[in-house]
Amino acid sequence: MKKTYTFLRIFSATLCIWLVIIANGFAQFRNEIRFDEPSARKIPLAVPNFHIVSEKSEDIDLTKNLSQLTEETLNFTGFFKILDHGAFLEEPAKIGIDKTNITFKNWTIIGAELLITGGIVMDSEFLEMELRLFDTVKAEMLIGKRYKGPKSGYREMIRRFCSEIVFFLTGKPGIFQSKIVFVSTIPNQQKRVKEIFICDFDGYAPKQLTSDKNIIISPSLSYDAKWLAYTSYKKGKPDIYIMNILEKRGSIIDIQGTNISPAWVPNRFELAASLSYENDTEIYLLTGDGKIIKRLTKSWDIDVSPSFAPDGKQMAFLSRRSGSPQLYVMNLETEEVRRITFDGKYNTSPCWSPVGDKIIYSGMKDNSLDIYMTDTKGTPPIQLTHNAGDNESPSFSPDGSMIVFSSSREGSSKIYVMNANGTDQRCLLAMPGEQSDPEWSPLLKE
Amino acid sequence: MRKIYGKKWIVVVLIFMSMFLFMVSCAKKQVQSTDTIDADKARLEADRLAEQERARLAEEERLRKEREAREMAEREATGSAQHAFINVDVLFAFDSSELSSEAQEILGNKVTYLNEHSDIAVVIEGHCDERGTTEYNLALGDRRAAKVKRYLVDKGISASRMQTVSYGEERPLDASKGEDAYEKNRRAHFVIK
Repeated sequence: MKKTYTFLRIFSATLCIWLVIIANGFAQFRNEIRFDEPSARKIPLAVPNFHIVSEKSEDIDLTKNLSQLTEETLNFTGFFKILDHGAFLEEPAKIGIDKTNITFKNWTIIGAELLITGGIVMDSEFLEMELRLFDTVKAEMLIGKRYKGPKSGYREMIRRFCSEIVFFLTGKPGIFQSKIVFVSTIPNQQKRVKEIFICDFDGYAPKQLTSDKNIIISPSLSYDAKWLAYTSYKKGKPDIYIMNILEKRGSIIDIQGTNISPAWVPNRFELAASLSYENDTEIYLLTGDGKIIKRLTKSWDIDVSPSFAPDGKQMAFLSRRSGSPQLYVMNLETEEVRRITFDGKYNTSPCWSPVGDKIIYSGMKDNSLDIYMTDTKGTPPIQLTHNAGDNESPSFSPDGSMIVFSSSREGSSKIYVMNANGTDQRCLLAMPGEQSDPEWSPLLKE
Repeated sequence: MRKIYGKKWIVVVLIFMSMFLFMVSCAKKQVQSTDTIDADKARLEADRLAEQERARLAEEERLRKEREAREMAEREATGSAQHAFINVDVLFAFDSSELSSEAQEILGNKVTYLNEHSDIAVVIEGHCDERGTTEYNLALGDRRAAKVKRYLVDKGISASRMQTVSYGEERPLDASKGEDAYEKNRRAHFVIK
């Protein structure tokens, strides 16, 4: 992790970015992307191979990877329909990437509404990348950017360009600067060991964050992604550990009883967690260094799994106060509580959308756990996973457009992602052991 | 003539010698026979003593065996009580921390054992099956262990002898899938500290 940050810092310092052209507003696209509706139409996009000024074969291979990575990165969002290269009628890699070189009719005729071209200049150390997004129907350039930096920074450059595209089309920064934390079992240990890992939004470069050689669960990242809270059995019982990821320092909430399910409050160095020192597990508000501010829930049964509204004024949580696990919302100013799930007898692990009032959770029906979406207004829940093993621990991407969750659909538990409307469900990363408890981080600030 | 006289003398000497020899041999014979009697007596005595010793040893062996058998029986009795105390878990229904009549019967045995062994302290572990959410299961395991502890406190066991810890779904007894495994895993388990 430390390495990643150091790398990012050095990279940010050395990477020169020149804004070549600021595109004029093409507002019609903004209205097209409605990622929370199942009927959302995907925009057909063509990403032909990039043009390269180099004779070396390894450079040519890298360039091919770059256009492919651009496709994969944008495809991940679920906003686009990536067109097959077999249908392409011209090759900008050969004829040039400027507007004057492109015959837009060749692209509209195959159904492309957007076109990305790229030009690459490389020497032994550095890489310069010029990337352009065109509206093929209007024959206009929408975005043009030039990036330069060490060769190893190519992934970051492409993500930045993709961020520009998504921001241009949706008015929101997208997810490319976010990460996902999750729990994985460590195979071939004498006892059962679970540790916390972090990977990029697309499952790239998973890294182990903890090494307690014990059972660690429930990772939660603070709003600035500097602090990680989790539950560990390091001292023989479940306690909450709060760790500064970069500085490897922090505090422990190890008071008597079961100390579990930490969740950070947005934009504050505070978190909520369930402690059982007074009673059964109740939710408390804590300072970022683990001191109790106040008790939030007051019921005679389990209260656990808090998740905050984007403004931090309301909190969704699980309570067994009615006799079965159901989801409730608390107004933190008035401490008024109301129930929001009524279907079924087992509704758990709520996650409040970082951008609205949608709440996703894992509910049990017919002995199977699935992901559902509801909201605070009492809209009937929409089922997002169907007939695919047990589906648990959903977490929204920072823009609310995607959901990461764990599923046992292929036997052992793995991490999956889907669009917030339930489409495009796929496994996020393949690694040994079983993965669970994913949480999507907020956007990382540079 | 002289020759004959000479021969007679030799004969007399021979007779005397033989008589002497006879006497000597007889005397020797007498001594030998006394020795044999003594040896036989000693052997008989030794045999008697050996027999006594054997009997004593046999008796000792019998007693030892009896004692060992008794001790083993006692140990087994204690062992099986301890074995049962550790290995018979209190089971729960799915998503429940209620103590069924069966669970209460098992807890009755725990009370007896804890009363008979007033020097031991225990950890009560609360466990869940793998179904459902990690965090909720941790809370449910906590509640199961706490329910058991409260029950035992009500039956007169000092709360200071009992500590609870929840493992949620993290330490299944049977890691396989299916209701058979889940049933075993929804448990309160006793560990002697």
